[in-house]
Amino acid sequence: MKTPQRDRPTGNAGRVAVGSPWLTTVVGVVVAVGLLVPFLALVVDISPSQVPGLLATEAARDALWLSLRTSLVATVVVLVLGTPLAVFLTRSRFWGRSVVRSLVILPLVLPPVVAGIALTTAFGRRGLIGAQLEAWGLSISFTTLAVVMAQVFVSLPFLVVALESTLASNGDRYEKVAQSLGMSPVKSFFAVTLPLLGPGLVSGSVLTFARALGEFGATITFAGSLQGTTRTVPLEIYLQRETDPDAAVALSLVLMVVAIVVIGFAYSTRVNAQTAGARG
Amino acid sequence: MRIPAAGLLAVAGLTLISCGSPGADNGAAEEITVFSAASLNEAFDALATEFENEHDMQVNLNFGGSSSLVEQINSGAPADIFAAADERTMSWVENTAGKPVVFASNSLVLVTPEDHSAGIDALADTIGTQLVVCAPEVPCGAAAQQAFEQAGVKLSPVSEENSVSDVYGKVLSGQADAGVVYRSTVQEDDPVHVVEAPQLSAVVNKYPIVQVSDDELAQEFMEFVLSDRGQQVLSDAGVGGR
Repeated sequence: MKTPQRDRPTGNAGRVAVGSPWLTTVVGVVVAVGLLVPFLALVVDISPSQVPGLLATEAARDALWLSLRTSLVATVVVLVLGTPLAVFLTRSRFWGRSVVRSLVILPLVLPPVVAGIALTTAFGRRGLIGAQLEAWGLSISFTTLAVVMAQVFVSLPFLVVALESTLASNGDRYEKVAQSLGMSPVKSFFAVTLPLLGPGLVSGSVLTFARALGEFGATITFAGSLQGTTRTVPLEIYLQRETDPDAAVALSLVLMVVAIVVIGFAYSTRVNAQTAGARG
Repeated sequence: MRIPAAGLLAVAGLTLISCGSPGADNGAAEEITVFSAASLNEAFDALATEFENEHDMQVNLNFGGSSSLVEQINSGAPADIFAAADERTMSWVENTAGKPVVFASNSLVLVTPEDHSAGIDALADTIGTQLVVCAPEVPCGAAAQQAFEQAGVKLSPVSEENSVSDVYGKVLSGQADAGVVYRSTVQEDDPVHVVEAPQLSAVVNKYPIVQVSDDELAQEFMEFVLSDRGQQVLSDAGVGGR
């Protein structure tokens, strides 16, 4: 860490925790309460005893099962593809690196429906690559594969960003030592870099999973919506709103609880990793 | 004391939002707000333009899925007029200023991409192809289901969309081999091939319209929609008469 050495307080002062000034406390509390209101409203909207009944329909169960399966597969794919990508983007120096990096992060800030249109123009039946695949008898649109592809596309940046910050704070001194002792670069990647990426991999993949679980726009645009095949929980919520708003609220609650658990998990691992890093 | 920059930004942002509502200031003396089923998009654009020209006023249009619109109206959205895609949805509106009247009708057609590559010429040809329809939960899907049942053809779609425009989009882009949409969805120059099927034409969907507020202009707009001229505008846009 580069902390300014000038004016550094001596003695015990550095160990006393700096509290939140009144200004950030006041605004912080107001904003936190404001953000909680919509979620509380969702909880209050239906009585908890109704929830199991509303979720017992075949459509809801199909949607939950499909969402879990596809999000898990998407997370594994993102881990396998995203880890090397993050290492490549952080460790190699080449012309246009920042442009490539921006493009990789793009789905993070893009409206998901745009991601869906982009995927359709690439892998749709008349798309750049899709038309060729179609000629070989392989059709992606309207399949579960399309759901996973949409999830991977929008959630990959979450892992890349998480790993980039871990890689940056880890530095490369251990790899340098390993390689100076004769370890090959590939071997040092597996033996040194990957284990050190642990906390970043955990929080990154948890966020990836959460993003995949909530994916809506790209899925409905690229994959369509069919029970058991492409209709994930967010799509089912959107459809249930048309006829059974209570069922939509119940499903929203489930998704919210999963998201809270996931975020809590990711956040605690990250904070732990940071304090561990600060101590070590 | 210095006002924090973030606070200033927030205030500026809110001011921008509150001043930026469309149609807030275009010189028109009065305005009404019409909520309409998405499938009536072209028809109501035409109706509104003509009504605006006759009266010096502004017609704000809000298109969407009928059930979402009902939800908005029941939560207090400022609608003066509501045109629903079917009578079932219309019955969910809690407070109205009058009784709903049927003002238009629509039937279904099967559309395929322009090149007609999947060779679909009848409902039965859709089996095993990439057929896209509306979900049975929404009016256009319920109607499609009924038509296929009457034709004795198994409805086996690869996707059930939330609105007729989503279905049409997937046919226009060539993602789907065929789609079931309203006749009024298809505009003259659209690059699609229309397949007529008697069972689809037989399912007639009736559109009811209702006055939500007791605004005088809203009353006049209702009368205009039901007038001969209004009906002519509707039929020019491909929507059948009542």
